[in-house]
Amino acid sequence: MHRISPLILAFVFVPFAIEAVWVFWPALQGFWLALTNWDGLTAPKFVGFGNFHDMVTDPIFRTALKNTAIWLVLFGGLSVIGGFGMALLLQKERRGVGIYRAALFTPVVFSLVVTALIWRVFYQPDGLVDSVLRGVGLGNFVRPWLADPDTALYAVILPALWRQIGYVMVLYLAGLKAVDPALYEAARVDGASAWQRTRYVTIPQLKGVNSVVLSVIVIDSLRSFDIVWSMTKGGPYHSSELLSTYMYSTAFQSTQLGYASAIAVVIFLLALAVILGYLIRAFREET
Amino acid sequence: MTNRFKTSGYHLAMGLVSFLWIAPILWVVVISFRSFDDVAANGLGSLPHSFTFSTYRSAWQDADEFRALINSLLVTIPAVLLSLGFAATAAYGLARYNIPFRRTVLLLMLMGNLLPPQILLIPISRFVELTGYYDTLYALIAVHVGFGLGFYTFVLHGFMRDLPREIQEAATIDGAGPGKIFGSVILPLTRPALAALGALSFTWIFNDLLWSITVIRSGEKMPVTPALLGLQGLFVSSWNVIAAGTVIAAVPTLVVFLKFQKHFVSGLAIGAVK
Repeated sequence: MHRISPLILAFVFVPFAIEAVWVFWPALQGFWLALTNWDGLTAPKFVGFGNFHDMVTDPIFRTALKNTAIWLVLFGGLSVIGGFGMALLLQKERRGVGIYRAALFTPVVFSLVVTALIWRVFYQPDGLVDSVLRGVGLGNFVRPWLADPDTALYAVILPALWRQIGYVMVLYLAGLKAVDPALYEAARVDGASAWQRTRYVTIPQLKGVNSVVLSVIVIDSLRSFDIVWSMTKGGPYHSSELLSTYMYSTAFQSTQLGYASAIAVVIFLLALAVILGYLIRAFREET
Repeated sequence: MTNRFKTSGYHLAMGLVSFLWIAPILWVVVISFRSFDDVAANGLGSLPHSFTFSTYRSAWQDADEFRALINSLLVTIPAVLLSLGFAATAAYGLARYNIPFRRTVLLLMLMGNLLPPQILLIPISRFVELTGYYDTLYALIAVHVGFGLGFYTFVLHGFMRDLPREIQEAATIDGAGPGKIFGSVILPLTRPALAALGALSFTWIFNDLLWSITVIRSGEKMPVTPALLGLQGLFVSSWNVIAAGTVIAAVPTLVVFLKFQKHFVSGLAIGAVK
């Protein structure tokens, strides 16, 4: 290509160095801290895999792990189904479709804290949810949704879904737009019904989008923090605790920095498969 | 006839879904204009019996959301400009020049962005403390730049790589150096991608909670997203004031979205098609 001038090297090196200082180096430290006991004041004490050993018997960690799995399945699964369904319904350019898309899409613009507050108002004892339930004669179901250990986790998943479905829809709409219209034409000529066209043309053509959506969902699920922290802080009695919220409170409220780092490593390991898959895809694209 | 029937059925169903989707937002907006007495007497679930702006004054002045908004903009605008600027130079070098290990560098940078932020929280809070930048907006800007760089570089690299090589060669023959080519040829051609990433990163950084509460301690330095959570402690169960605060915090991203709608949506879709 071209001879490389020092300016070009600086162009690449300076951003790389910034990321190294703010991401790579802290990440390495994070892995190291996971092998220590540290209160943030005295020097960290090396304990090997002791922290990971402690996790096995830590009931809160197990709850957080289980809830993270539930979160992955419910939040991930339902947002894919909902987002894909909405994309199919709103795929064709027709009158009004822009408004429907915008409506489903609006929550994506807001922060998860804003989302959380909107829904907290909803879930209040005299809020809309309870009013509606009473109104349709289901007053028996009324409960303090966010304060009841049986419902807290699900009461948090719902707003998260509300926001994520519009996002997933956009990804699928982009994917659907990229499908070659000639394929539909050919299927139509062959007499395929609308359902058959979806099943045998659309879905196989969306393989690339599916892998992007899957990566986004898994990484988002494991990172999910804001919505839980703003709605329940992981409570009541850790019933809505996720690995990410448990990590945060362990680090910055109980200042068990070593143990918190170990939880972060678990989050990293769970994300690793996705990260690797994503990178392999990216690598292939670049060649 | 059946076709028209089907069409109106479709619009009826989609109209209802859309309305239900927007309803929570509308509801909170309505509550934000209700007086405290009205809410106390009739409950949050009732139709409004009053109209007041005092909730907004409480959120804006008493809760100091004004200052929080300023803090957010002081962080968001520089962070967006810096991260896109650095990402653009890195992407340019990696996409247009034969730099050794360029693919490795690119993927390393992308990997940094894909890391769960949790693994970075403790080391970074310690790092900003040691360097004396704990509890400053500078630290927050730096964190956002560092963490966002990888993704922006990756996207811009994909975009710049596909620009025709001839333009660059023509500029070289005309005597333009790499810096000049970057500024006057490549960057203008990358505008659509920059606009998309700009709109997207604005909302990401503006909406951030995790980094803010890790790096910032004092209330008067909090950006608006974490400050909104503090509002709950301040106005315990005054849901009308909290609703007003929520509306205020949502407006800037909504404005960016409405102004850059096209770019914003295409930004979200980046990567989905490939």
